[in-house]
Amino acid sequence: MHAVEMKGIVKRFADLVASDHVDFNLEKGEIHALLGENGAGKTTLMRILYGLYTADEGQIIINEKPVVIHSPKDAIKNGIGMVTQHFTLVPTLTVAENMVLGETAGITLNLPALEKKVAEASEKFGIPVKPQALIKHLSVGERQRVEILKALYHDANVLILDEPTAVLVPQEVDMLFEALTRLQKSGLSVIFISHHLNEVMQICQKVTVLRDGKLAGTVNVADTNLKELANMMVGRENFGVKRQGQRERGNLELKIENICASDKKGLPALKDVSLDVHQGEILGLAGVSGNGQTELSAVLCGMHKITSGKIFAGDVDLSHATTSDVCAAGVGRIPEDRHANMVGELSVAENLILDQMNNFVKNGIMDYAKIQKNAEELIKSFNIKASAGDRVRTLSGGNMQKVMLARTLSQNPRIVIASQPTRGLDVGATDYVRTVLLEQRDRGAAVLLLSEDLEEIMALSDRIAVIYGGRIMGILPAHEATAEKLGLMMAGSAA
Amino acid sequence: MKKFTIERAPAPVWMRTLLPIIAIPVTFLITSIIILLDGANPFTAYYNFLIAPLASKSSAIEVLVKSTPLLLTGAAVAFAFKGGYWNIGAEGQLYAGAISAAFVGTILVDVPPIIGIPAMIIGGFVGGLIWALPSAILKVKLGVDEVVTTLLMNSIVLNVTSFLLNGPWRNPVSMWPQSPEIQPGTMFPQLLPRTRLHFGIILAVLVILITWFVINRTSFGLKMRAIGLSKEGARFAGIKVNKTMLTVALISGGIAGLAGAGEVAGIHFHLIDAISDGLGYSGIIIATLGGLNPFGVGLAALFIGLIDTGAQTVSRVMGVPVYLGDVVQSTLLLVTLSLFVLQNYRIRRVK
Repeated sequence: MHAVEMKGIVKRFADLVASDHVDFNLEKGEIHALLGENGAGKTTLMRILYGLYTADEGQIIINEKPVVIHSPKDAIKNGIGMVTQHFTLVPTLTVAENMVLGETAGITLNLPALEKKVAEASEKFGIPVKPQALIKHLSVGERQRVEILKALYHDANVLILDEPTAVLVPQEVDMLFEALTRLQKSGLSVIFISHHLNEVMQICQKVTVLRDGKLAGTVNVADTNLKELANMMVGRENFGVKRQGQRERGNLELKIENICASDKKGLPALKDVSLDVHQGEILGLAGVSGNGQTELSAVLCGMHKITSGKIFAGDVDLSHATTSDVCAAGVGRIPEDRHANMVGELSVAENLILDQMNNFVKNGIMDYAKIQKNAEELIKSFNIKASAGDRVRTLSGGNMQKVMLARTLSQNPRIVIASQPTRGLDVGATDYVRTVLLEQRDRGAAVLLLSEDLEEIMALSDRIAVIYGGRIMGILPAHEATAEKLGLMMAGSAA
Repeated sequence: MKKFTIERAPAPVWMRTLLPIIAIPVTFLITSIIILLDGANPFTAYYNFLIAPLASKSSAIEVLVKSTPLLLTGAAVAFAFKGGYWNIGAEGQLYAGAISAAFVGTILVDVPPIIGIPAMIIGGFVGGLIWALPSAILKVKLGVDEVVTTLLMNSIVLNVTSFLLNGPWRNPVSMWPQSPEIQPGTMFPQLLPRTRLHFGIILAVLVILITWFVINRTSFGLKMRAIGLSKEGARFAGIKVNKTMLTVALISGGIAGLAGAGEVAGIHFHLIDAISDGLGYSGIIIATLGGLNPFGVGLAALFIGLIDTGAQTVSRVMGVPVYLGDVVQSTLLLVTLSLFVLQNYRIRRVK
């Protein structure tokens, strides 16, 4: 019997179809993985089920009855609970207080009785929590247990976990899996959103794979293997833009030696990463999101500090460089988050000179005629659909990326760090960005391409490195790299 | 059943420039309630607020006198806000500038104005700058919220002023809590005979012009605007965020200090406890109303100067408390800020 059926779910965000006629069936008492790359539509689909989004088309059936879910409140009423990547607990309140937040009737709160109830629930579901503990004193894993218990406390019989292991250390992952297996035996159905193949194989019975907002297939874990799942996940599309064969590479240009760095929470994100990029080659760095790419890109852009190791651009030591040192060393940067790394409220013309202001200043006064001319030339040569005075914020993602490319590449950098350069772009803009990156390589620049899009990595790179858990799993020449090999490395197996 | 949704849809740019003007009638509508509660006729009140001060030449000039420090505190706050530094301490920096100017003015015995006046300007600027320094350093070195520290610095300087006036600086002749008279050579010249209009307004207009130029035409201005709009974006582009922000904070403090120097050198000729009475806080309102644009600040300062003058007229003619002026100012700020937020949304009916 189906606990949840979702039929023909469509969700559009402006031009983007985030969910394209997706069907999803969840059996009672199974742990069902929702697998896919970033932006494949996993979270969108589950947000629809939990009432955070409303579907444009399609039907949701729970326990054989069609239901309408407009808000999380409706979802909870229908026995659905969701634990998101970002916890929704109030740090200064206790576990017990968080459990009933927004549910209390009347003006008094019988805290001891409440704590007793929470303790009972904790025992009943086998999820150890301390009702009196303040959330802010709990570890991430404990907070997640509180979130799960909170869902169960509200009588959830379907539990959605959005990448629950992303924030956990390995021991906590084991504890989570034990708890889930136990809960499953007592009849709970779980939807497990992930892009980690190993985990899916370990704990789930069924897998639904999404790709580009579409259903790629649903299979039993028992009948499949890592290779097949990896293939379903990345698909088999042919791209218009492709590297023309191997090229003779030049001198060593970017040298990364044994660098380590922490993420924003202070946990190790890069562990002993070493990479060499030569003139006239593209080194692709493949990996599932959240395995250290963001930190590596930030480090190379001068936005993040390393804890140990060395970085050289030619002879220049950039190990502890600021952003202005990095610019001065001739490192062109195309960052992962173009919104955050441009100034959206400034004009296109101003953004185009923001990292090379000195070329447009006379005695401290801006030469706005020159700035305007520069903007007009770059708008033309990079085919940006905007005028010089437009605020960058008003541009489409593709045009915004072109502004970033124009600013960076017009300075003829000897090294290019391109991080997720085509994320969120349409096909035309994607092809354009890829063409431009290949031009940089042919011009003799050393290009490091960080991308979660395996097809992109394979189409453009001369050599491919894979990062997993902050470590480089191996480096393959392009002709030896297959989707299967890379997929396995991305899931944590060494080459 | 019909439902309404609120969705994000920013209003066009021309609408944004109109917002402060829309805010004025809304403010008057709201404050009418208070005037009615006080038993007065709102229409007469607003006539006295807005029209009466401009009807006679002497009170129209008084509007300019009142606007002089407001132009400076408004410019000071707008400059800081534009650079992403939330300086709430213009009030304290004004006091520090006034103390420093009063000191300079008393020690420069028998100097000609050509030396005395620049010395007062520099004294005021440096005084304000010094008072802005601790908060600015705490902000860039330790990330301490400048909103809190600049505000706290305001209370400190009030007590310092009180100490000086009741202690070492108490006027030896009159024993009043006011500093000794500044030297004639350090007084700002009067612009019109038999009025209080003084050189300070020329200084204020110059400062407005200079801040506009710095913000919009120099590389420093582009850097500070970039930081004010997106610290990360600015840092990514290689801009030294902390250094720029520190400079912005100190210049802002200096400009606020000029307002204090102007009040000492052009109006009172000595330091008194009540030299400001909220001019620095009004600067926040003016900067916001003026959309952080120095020219907008100029207009807003004149408008607030008008309300300040009008409040006295209203009080005198109609017997309502003079604090009504403060109520109108504060309401205007809240209405303007609300409109700035609301313009990002529209309400749509869904079926």
